[in-house]
Amino acid sequence: MIPAQFDYMAPTSVEDALAALAEHGDDAKIIAGGQSLLPVLRMRLNAPEMIIDLGRIESLRGIRDDGDAIVIGAMTPHAVVGSDPLVAEHAALISKAVEHLADAQIRHRGTFGGALAHADPAGDLGAPALALGAEFVIQGSGGTRTVAADDFFVDLFETAIGDDEILTEVRVPKHTGWGAHYEKFVRVAHQWPIVAVAATVRADGGTIAEARVGLTNMGSTPLRARATEAALAGQPATEDGVRAAAEQAAEGTNPPSDLNGEADYRRHLARVLTRRAVVAAAGG
Amino acid sequence: MTRISLTVDGARVSDDVEPRMLLVQYLRERLGKTGTVIGCDTSNCGACTVHLNGSSVKSCNVLAVQADGGEVTTIEGLAQDGQLHPVQEAFRECHGLQCGYCTPGMIMQSVDLLNTNPNPSEQEIRVGLEGNLCRCTGYHNIVKAVQHAAGQGATS
Repeated sequence: MIPAQFDYMAPTSVEDALAALAEHGDDAKIIAGGQSLLPVLRMRLNAPEMIIDLGRIESLRGIRDDGDAIVIGAMTPHAVVGSDPLVAEHAALISKAVEHLADAQIRHRGTFGGALAHADPAGDLGAPALALGAEFVIQGSGGTRTVAADDFFVDLFETAIGDDEILTEVRVPKHTGWGAHYEKFVRVAHQWPIVAVAATVRADGGTIAEARVGLTNMGSTPLRARATEAALAGQPATEDGVRAAAEQAAEGTNPPSDLNGEADYRRHLARVLTRRAVVAAAGG
Repeated sequence: MTRISLTVDGARVSDDVEPRMLLVQYLRERLGKTGTVIGCDTSNCGACTVHLNGSSVKSCNVLAVQADGGEVTTIEGLAQDGQLHPVQEAFRECHGLQCGYCTPGMIMQSVDLLNTNPNPSEQEIRVGLEGNLCRCTGYHNIVKAVQHAAGQGATS
């Protein structure tokens, strides 16, 4: 399968990329690593006239320490994020999720920012980003703005990034010392999760002091299991301590029904996987 | 048309290509490197795996223009001076193939795996080859071949 014809440019600065976006408007599409976009183009589900490749913009790559946060460049490949010691130390939930994201070849090409901007509700990075309270740095011709994770994911494949804007980096508040676990339920190796749960826990002597729980594929966007988070505070970091709180994991969700499972089945999965993820994250 | 220049299996090449041309098409149709095969064409099966700038990629999921300036190694570039790569030898020794269609991708991904993890456990091999499908289901001997190659200290 071969994509429809398109023109191509590979600017070397964000400014040049923004200028190209402004010039080509709706006819243009940004390509990051292309691991989600190229299959779409090959199947001709989308046929943009201009592809703007961010792959030559060096400033969009890399991970740095910025005081109370770590900053991940949008074009940093998954494989680099997944093996980065700063991420492992301060945002272990992201390291854990990347381990389970697609397969090794896709992790070499696919990018952190590209996957988040693609906003597939079954994507593995949205729930961890949401649970960690990540902030999305978005650049446009008028300057740079920062969008909180709660406001970033708008709908199915839709984010707060405007048509004339580019996601440049993601700031992840440090969760140093928090336990983390990503529990992903799939039927086929290296596929998208039917449901997955991202949990990170600050334990204090066998008790859960704070917990954050993100849900993958339980609605049109990644979701926080806020009732569960609230109920977990003060509970023992054991399976019995977590069980009741995990029962609330599907509250407020609107999961899809498809060939992989009905909505009710996904709600059941959310409860079970939340229990497993929180227990693992708490080290219980 | 866009001009691209890259190194493929050690040779400098330069061509005008349509931006929509996939790297696997470029390798097969322009350079005649048909050792790299197209399996599923949906980026699932891994049969088309090559190395781009030292890391394994699915060449049906990369545009040729994205490889501009880069270095590509295909299954055809693994052997040196008529000597098979140790991973190729191990696949032969352990009968790590049945029909052979997935083999180029399996070997390229195995080499990548051993480059990053020279002594993988059986589980790490299975996870490392997760993106490569063998429709003969010959996984057992493929895993044995990688273990065999690791025992010989195979890295490139």
